[in-house]
Amino acid sequence: MKLFQVRGGIHPDYRKEGTSEKPIVSMPLPTALYIPLQQHIGAPAEALVAEGALVKKGQMIARSQGAVSAPQHAATSGRISAIAQIPAPHPSGLSQLTIILEPDGKDEWVELPPPIADPFTVDAHTIHLRVAESGIVGMGGAAFPSAVKLTLGTQKKLDTLLLNGAECEPYLTCDDRLMREYADEVIDGARIMAHALGAPRVLIAIEQNKPDAIAIMTKAAASIAAVEVVSVPVQYPMGSERHLVQAVTGRETPARKLTADLGVVVHNVATARAVHHAVRFGRPLISRIVTVSGGAIRDPNNVEAAIGTKVSDLVEFCGGFSVRPERLVNGGPMMGQPLPSLDVPVVKGMSGILGLTADEINDSPTNPCIRCGTCVTICPCGLSPVDMSSFIRKDNLESAAKLGVMDCVSCGSCSWVCPSHIPLVHYFNYAKGMLNDLDREKRKNDRVKTLVEAHMIRIEKAAEAKKAALAAKKSATAASPAATEPHPASPAPTAEEKVNA
Amino acid sequence: MTLATTSGPFTHKANSVQKVMTTVLLALLPATAFDIYLFGWPALFLFIVTIASCVAVEAVCVSYADRPAKVSLSDNSAVLTGWLMAASLPPWSPWWIGLLGAIFAIALAKHAFGGLGQNVFNPAMVGRTVLLVSFPVIMTSWVLPHPLFSAGAPSFADAIAITFGGHMPDTVSAASALGYVKTELSRGIPVTQSMAQVAQVPDLMDMALGYRAGSMGETSAILILFGGLFLLYKRIISWHIPVGVMATLFLMGTIFHLVDPARFTTGQFHLMSGATFLGAFFIATDYVTSPVSKTGQLIFAAGVGLLAWLIRTFAGYPEGMAFAVLLMNGLTPIIDQYTRPRVFGRSRTGEPLPLTKEKP
Repeated sequence: MKLFQVRGGIHPDYRKEGTSEKPIVSMPLPTALYIPLQQHIGAPAEALVAEGALVKKGQMIARSQGAVSAPQHAATSGRISAIAQIPAPHPSGLSQLTIILEPDGKDEWVELPPPIADPFTVDAHTIHLRVAESGIVGMGGAAFPSAVKLTLGTQKKLDTLLLNGAECEPYLTCDDRLMREYADEVIDGARIMAHALGAPRVLIAIEQNKPDAIAIMTKAAASIAAVEVVSVPVQYPMGSERHLVQAVTGRETPARKLTADLGVVVHNVATARAVHHAVRFGRPLISRIVTVSGGAIRDPNNVEAAIGTKVSDLVEFCGGFSVRPERLVNGGPMMGQPLPSLDVPVVKGMSGILGLTADEINDSPTNPCIRCGTCVTICPCGLSPVDMSSFIRKDNLESAAKLGVMDCVSCGSCSWVCPSHIPLVHYFNYAKGMLNDLDREKRKNDRVKTLVEAHMIRIEKAAEAKKAALAAKKSATAASPAATEPHPASPAPTAEEKVNA
Repeated sequence: MTLATTSGPFTHKANSVQKVMTTVLLALLPATAFDIYLFGWPALFLFIVTIASCVAVEAVCVSYADRPAKVSLSDNSAVLTGWLMAASLPPWSPWWIGLLGAIFAIALAKHAFGGLGQNVFNPAMVGRTVLLVSFPVIMTSWVLPHPLFSAGAPSFADAIAITFGGHMPDTVSAASALGYVKTELSRGIPVTQSMAQVAQVPDLMDMALGYRAGSMGETSAILILFGGLFLLYKRIISWHIPVGVMATLFLMGTIFHLVDPARFTTGQFHLMSGATFLGAFFIATDYVTSPVSKTGQLIFAAGVGLLAWLIRTFAGYPEGMAFAVLLMNGLTPIIDQYTRPRVFGRSRTGEPLPLTKEKP
């Protein structure tokens, strides 16, 4: 298949060999599962169970709230011991409401929704509902509710479902193993998703550094005309949605648009497998494959763990630490989040847990920028990190915004390559946060301003009306003192004005 | 374990400012070592004095700015500046030329602008240029090659007298090829004739190998090319600036030579003489003072080549590389501003791309 050039990019040390040849192992259930109500982008789920409740495996224990949300399910049967604030796998280390489940050891399934025998004959809505009630979210890391993304086909004309098996992050091999071990499930899930999206074609993009996955997936897809496996060049960040779409289709997604506007929807391979389970067997998303790796991990592995397993148990399962890790990372080393501690649960979007040594991180104190320009050359978004960072250092966010800091995808290529070890992504994330805040503030102020103006106009109009009425009354009184007129009431304050007040 | 909240990435390329600078020094070594051999002890003394002065001035400036001197000195940027300036000096210049140059280069051109990465103009070239306009005689006193340990080469004691005693023997001076052609031209002798004087002007092969009069690090085009290719291989520099500078210079030389051979020297002559190779591979490619984007670098390089040719051909100075680089340094910020890459998903003007399914 003809591929298209993607700008920039880097070739980091991939270090996948630590786990790429290790088959997926299932981790035994721990003594307690901690299932956060929010494991996705959007509104947190609402707990359906109370402390002390007995639940079964696969039972929905929290339902989705609002348009963008996802429910949570029990990964095994047992007793709800508490619903409490537990530290979330988030850099802040802040706590969030979490359901704590004590397994009873029986691992008894709840009565699951019936399998959809022939998903290609049912309408798209049935699949959306099934995916939504199964709690499936994007498993590549973004954790956007998949059902919402599957409804894009109802709004836009789609021609391609692009399945993302690029796995361009160093260390991570969970998608590689998944494709090698469950190729048929992934492809079936992808076809179901394509059907739900109304997309006639499925492309599965895999980076060339995964030859086994490419071979196995190609073989599994050989008999299906609508599915094609595409091997894409090893070039970080190939797995970035917009860049992958460009590499495979040549279409460049305009700023502030979605790839769906160009007819392409991208889903991760693990999401496809989850959809397969949900549709074919009625099974909700209650476990995921996590790559546990890094120089500090004694026995790196690809572990299938129940959602809610404590990361400390996961690391213990992989032999614990052989040396003290310098940094714990949730996800890949390029775009992953720093983990505040091991005392957090495995969530649906967690693709890797890395215990990295100082040598692997290879960071050093920041030096002055020597304007080598490498960041400009390698930026996959065509930005000028060198200029943006110098503006942001002076807190000149407006100029940084003009240079396109909001178009930065935080892929980390510039920080990785910088000879002066300037934390460029940190600057850009700061600027993006501040600019978002400023934007929100501005919109709020604008809204208040229009409301105040409208309010003033109404008061003026009312005053004028009153005056006119008074004048009319006076003249009427002069003409006939007996005449009475209803007093013109000033209009009742609208809801908006009340809010404003 | 680091718990401080910070953004990724949590892995970095094995790269540092120090590594970059040291690689450039390594690339300079063959050409400079050859010239030190060629011009003997005085060249070595001046080389050491210049670099030591640069490091000392850097230390003073950094301490004055209350920054840790050890960190700044360990990046080797002052050594590189000193080395490049020494490479552009006549090899038998007195010691104070190196010291004065170091003060202008490091204190004035670099630290007055804010230190490493902040300077607009190439420090080594500022140093050299200030010296050239202030001490034109010394700065154009070229000597013919006197290889170390050869007959007629200054002894260690002679060298001390030359570098530190100011005893420049006037019998050994020679014109550089560029200077000779220019002087002859001003006397009404056409280029065709002066270039034919092989007795005075070394032939192009000698010039390429470096067996000729010239600055301390610039005579051997081949060894500089070797170092430049090493930098390209190490990806410290890209082809854009060296190729841009040399192509423009060669093109200008060739075209005008074809038009009027009596007035204009050939493209090859421009390439092989003076500081062309050193300038193209090591001076114009200075990160801090050249544009960051590849398009910008090509424009910058064409400007350097064009200005160098103009100055060599029409201005009062026989060599124009340093001036050309400095002039284009001044334009770097504006070149940068107009040559930023197109942002993904946006047009050149910054508007989001129109929604089409076709390739833009």
